[in-house]
Amino acid sequence: MDALLEVKSLSVDYEAMDGAVHAVKSVDLTLHRGEVLGLAGESGCGKSTLAFAIARLLRPPAMITSGQVIYYPDPEKETPPALLDRLDANNGIDIMKLSMAQLRSFRWKELAVVFQSAMNALNPVLSIGDQIIDVLHTHWPGKGKDYYHKRAVELLDLVGIAADRLRSYPHELSGGMRQRVAIAIALALRPELIIMDEPTTALDVVVQREILDLIAGLCREFNTALIFITHDLSLLLELSDRIAIMYAGNIVEQATSEQLYRQPRHPYSYGLLNAFPTLHGPRLQMIGIPGSPPDLRAMPTGCAFHPRCPMAFEACRGVVPPLEPSGPTEQLVACHLYNPRFLNQPPSTAQIARSYSELAERKRRR
Amino acid sequence: MNAMSQQAILEIMNLQKEFPLRQWNPFGGKQAVHALERASLALYPGRVTALVGESGSGKSTIARLLARLYDPTGGEIRFHGKPLGKANAATLTTYRRSVQMVFQDPFASLNPVHNVRYHLSRPLRIYGFAKNAEEETEQILALLRRVSLTPAEQFIEKYPHQLSGGQRQRVAIARALAVRPEVILADEPVSMLDVSIRLDILNLLAQLKEEERIAILFITHDLASARYFADETLVLYAGQMVEGGPSEQVIQQAKHPYTQLLLSATPAPERMRLKGQRRTPLEARGEVPSLIQPPTGCRFHTRCPHAMPVCKERFPERTEFGHGHWTSCFLYGAQKHDTTPMGRSRSLSNEIASKE
Repeated sequence: MDALLEVKSLSVDYEAMDGAVHAVKSVDLTLHRGEVLGLAGESGCGKSTLAFAIARLLRPPAMITSGQVIYYPDPEKETPPALLDRLDANNGIDIMKLSMAQLRSFRWKELAVVFQSAMNALNPVLSIGDQIIDVLHTHWPGKGKDYYHKRAVELLDLVGIAADRLRSYPHELSGGMRQRVAIAIALALRPELIIMDEPTTALDVVVQREILDLIAGLCREFNTALIFITHDLSLLLELSDRIAIMYAGNIVEQATSEQLYRQPRHPYSYGLLNAFPTLHGPRLQMIGIPGSPPDLRAMPTGCAFHPRCPMAFEACRGVVPPLEPSGPTEQLVACHLYNPRFLNQPPSTAQIARSYSELAERKRRR
Repeated sequence: MNAMSQQAILEIMNLQKEFPLRQWNPFGGKQAVHALERASLALYPGRVTALVGESGSGKSTIARLLARLYDPTGGEIRFHGKPLGKANAATLTTYRRSVQMVFQDPFASLNPVHNVRYHLSRPLRIYGFAKNAEEETEQILALLRRVSLTPAEQFIEKYPHQLSGGQRQRVAIARALAVRPEVILADEPVSMLDVSIRLDILNLLAQLKEEERIAILFITHDLASARYFADETLVLYAGQMVEGGPSEQVIQQAKHPYTQLLLSATPAPERMRLKGQRRTPLEARGEVPSLIQPPTGCRFHTRCPHAMPVCKERFPERTEFGHGHWTSCFLYGAQKHDTTPMGRSRSLSNEIASKE
């Protein structure tokens, strides 16, 4: 599989009165063509900021302070002419260096975004047909009214909405249908990459399942890559090929969903995986992750997770662990427990589980 | 099951709620949103009852009826066995004190211009639990410690914007606890919170239930958390109660097609996508129908894969499965229905048997 997107040491700050808040800290990430990447973490961990930085959608006070995002357009497809002079030696385009005009032809044609609440993403005074045709008209000008209409009907059909809804206004549609329209608009120009920011959080379980099945099917059909942001790990495990877990602006673990489910390496990933009750299996007393995420303005030294970590030791307080491969698999983890310099034998999943229950026991006694 | 022998603190019988619609046409018939139909449930001390359903299923309506934010259009609420309809003002005051609510959104349920002390002192003062300022502070600190907001001395002067979502929800729970209630109505208390915080709040509520024998009505759309937290689960669809019983039984041996639909839609990591393998599609699609002119009979018949002609005509009686597990569905029991496709219903029960 060849790479579609390479994020290289990307950092984003929010300017604030009392100094900058480092929302994303030197993140590296690679996305392959047609891959579904899940981005998970608690609120405030920087997952949305990272995704919006990739699309250059951040506004002040957010600032991209360093890093590159290299996008490799499909060689078989026609690259938008405005972007041609940005191609580097490896046929990549650095999104961070694009001008406003270039961004306009890049966005939506190559990279589309589906926002959290379709309620706010759609224009309430335009019919949904007009909104779909608006996208088509702007990017593929001069094709004639009938062509646009036909394509709009096609797109609605793709997301399972009847063609006679073209004249409907957003308020006439249910939440699930509005989200489908938002997905249809994202698909309008057949982009290579779609970023979805919690597209199903406001929806009911049954509708959520329908939308997820739709997304998974469409991505397979068109070989579209997807970055799916959510805090619901149970949903990501089902949907995505690979998952990156973020904590306080850093990626702390990156693995295939299979690996992450079978053997989470980072204590935080383990905590997240075991933070939601399941439908099957034994009904145990469950233990959440103690404490709450750190204040990004007053970050703890060393590993940001150490104040909440049940397995923290000396080194965690001083040194920030880098994201490194653990063991023979390509599972990346940023944790000193897997560094042979500190520990001869990395902990097993059972050991992490035990340390969590010991911590809860200690807390209860206090 | 010994809880059943105890007397219920709060009971509702065939409760009904209609919201009248504004009438534009003076000659048109009266229209109303039929939000709740013939709902019955009972809350016992030290037990958690979960209400599960999609949005628009009437679960919050039940909570608001119980909190007396709405008046029911039909049916009865019984408090310690006495009907509330004829109660005098004094009983109602006791009732309002004994039944407290925790709302979904802790960002909206606390007043941003007042600090934690104010939020917790109001109920203490109104119901006369604290006689002077000293006692008040003492009680507030004790409340904060009970919901594990420690050090309590620091939290007492904080304003809502200085607290995280989980901490705010703890303050909301402390506020409900301030008046020493017998029942807590928790309307989706964790759905606005981060995943890692949710368990903490659920465990806190479970601890209160154990230690103080508080009855909790837990409203949620998530079957998994109902299974984890609740002793009993009731499933609502479009204002009708379709299934109920001990949580484990309702979820592991779901009988009603709607409960089965909810279960198949809930994300479960065990069903992780294997490369190239397609999931089985959902049996039913769509959303909860409009409740202004709801479907007749069983309201689920418009989406039900097993719908029969009789489902349109009337709402099925309850069929019992033992241990308090019941469902209202024509697929089960010996109810008279003439045009049942028998082979189909038998294959369904086989299907269920093989799942068990």
